[in-house]
Amino acid sequence: MTFVTMAALKDNLKKFTQNKTFLLPLLLLVITLSVNFFLQPKMFDTRVLGGNLRSYMPLIFLAVAQTFVIINGSIDLAVGAEMSLVAAFLVTRLSETSTLGEFVLILLAGIGIGMLAGAFNGLAVSYIRLPAFITSYASSYIFGGIALLVLPRPGGNMPLDLADAYRHAAILGIPFGIWVIALILIVWSVVRATRYGTFLYAVGGSEKSAYASGVPVSQNRFVTHMVAGGIAAIAAVFLALNTGSSDARIGDAMTLNSVVAVVLGGTLMSGGSGGVAGSILGVLILSFIRNIVSYTNISTWIQPLVDATIILIAIASPGFIRLFHRKEIKAK
Amino acid sequence: MSAMLNIQRKKLSPPLIAFLLAVALFLFSSFFIAGGTGLHGIADRGLNILRISAFLGIIAAGQTLVILSGGEGIDLSVGTTVTLAAMVAGWICNKQDQNIWIALLAGLAVGTIIGFINGIGIAILKIHPLIMTLSISGVTTGVMLAIYQGKVLGGSGPNMTRLISLPIFGGLSGAVIIWILFSILIWVLLTRTRYGKNLFAVGNNRNASRLSGVRVPQTVIIAYTLSGLIAALGGFALLGFTQTVYFTLGGAYLFPSIAAVVIGGTTLSGGEGSYWGTMSGALVLTVVDSILTSIQLSPPARQIILGVILLVVITVYGRQRSLRQ
Repeated sequence: MTFVTMAALKDNLKKFTQNKTFLLPLLLLVITLSVNFFLQPKMFDTRVLGGNLRSYMPLIFLAVAQTFVIINGSIDLAVGAEMSLVAAFLVTRLSETSTLGEFVLILLAGIGIGMLAGAFNGLAVSYIRLPAFITSYASSYIFGGIALLVLPRPGGNMPLDLADAYRHAAILGIPFGIWVIALILIVWSVVRATRYGTFLYAVGGSEKSAYASGVPVSQNRFVTHMVAGGIAAIAAVFLALNTGSSDARIGDAMTLNSVVAVVLGGTLMSGGSGGVAGSILGVLILSFIRNIVSYTNISTWIQPLVDATIILIAIASPGFIRLFHRKEIKAK
Repeated sequence: MSAMLNIQRKKLSPPLIAFLLAVALFLFSSFFIAGGTGLHGIADRGLNILRISAFLGIIAAGQTLVILSGGEGIDLSVGTTVTLAAMVAGWICNKQDQNIWIALLAGLAVGTIIGFINGIGIAILKIHPLIMTLSISGVTTGVMLAIYQGKVLGGSGPNMTRLISLPIFGGLSGAVIIWILFSILIWVLLTRTRYGKNLFAVGNNRNASRLSGVRVPQTVIIAYTLSGLIAALGGFALLGFTQTVYFTLGGAYLFPSIAAVVIGGTTLSGGEGSYWGTMSGALVLTVVDSILTSIQLSPPARQIILGVILLVVITVYGRQRSLRQ
């Protein structure tokens, strides 16, 4: 009797998990969040939460930038270098005593640089029709090299009062970071509803069908890469404000994490599906994993290994689930 | 564009173009940058270029197999595999000679395991090669830190250093001779074995290969496993050259390994290319690097130039078909 119900339960579970890619990130988030909360009961204090969110913010923006390009069926392996470049520009052009006006001006110029870098990739990928991953990998060398020329040694300055204000910012007792995430989600839902947003998914789903139905494929992909560059530049602003300085190599390792966050968030690498909310969940999962590992008493020499292994397992798990389903189909 | 037209008209293959480019750049740098040091000087410089190219040439062989296998195949873990294999080998050798063979086997085993995991993840679990190999390179770095833990890491045995670095035959160092023997092996593998034919078929069209009875997953898994194994061999050779291990030892070879394959005319979509093209690509990159070093360009500027070169090469070879066609 119990045997039958167990089988029925298993069957139901299989039906429920089929084609629901968002379930895995949600499950991972719940697990990592609970373990994290258990280890750090104060994590929802405004101050602790604010501090954590400030350190997550650059990766959140990079993951959002990456989501745009991946949904579009492309990829940008230069987002980290774009962020490093803009951050290098910001911290070398601003000083500790810069006024708000100067800050805004330099900030706009920085976002312009990011968009220009993105447009460079976009031009190569859409109009010259080069493969995206190798092109952006090559351009990450170029942008990273320029960042090193601009900022040869880690350092630089940000306006002290602004950075200070950013570190203590909270509206209605809710940390600034939460508001930023809410704003990202609102802007994203607006973008998605526009014609550009429709085309973004159409091009990612099938370039050929999109082209056949009159979608300006090349233009859409170009704009998407440019937008991604602009978003990477915003990541640079949050990075520089949080640390008050920068390092020309800081973005190198974050490119991988941006792609991993997007994949963890349920967006397919093949394009045409997914969204920004999942990617933000992906960043939170990654950050919680890192938090948990650093809270345990594992030696700091072992931590990166544990960290990387958990991420690898998380990335591999949809594959295991698919294998599980495929066997079932074969049995039928 | 004009370069592309030339290829079609005169039937110059990309590997030959790359080889001629390497020779031309080398002669140019010998006469105009190093200054005329006579025939003897040029020969010396040539041997030196070969000696340095050998490491990149070996490491890039694995990258060639993986890119040939298609499916957006790429191995971004070769850099860390090189370092980890060198680290394990150096650790076992511990600057002595008696354990060299064990060190070699252990290093190769490490690379094979890494490559096999990559292959399983990509061919069975269907993880995108880019993400799989990048994540594995994260894990490999983790293993390196776990082994290292701030200790001093041993080094190559004296015999190993002698074998790799000193001239053995006609001025050719051991590394070059190993590279030549190794390249014959790869050539046989790619053109004279059933596996080689399957690899090209899988890279060209996975569905068609599957329907004609090629075991696609196996072929892909073997390509990644060999890539790991070859990277480890490169790491072992490199250890003999540098004598000590440091963390950035292999990382410096990742970008050039991909660039060498692309310069050699292997298509990034897979199924088309050759190892001799990759060898020529490795020569081009080594000559360019030696030129940039001799005109004393700063590392960031060299990095920018490397990026530009790769972009130019993809623009010449790697353009995809227009949607209109």
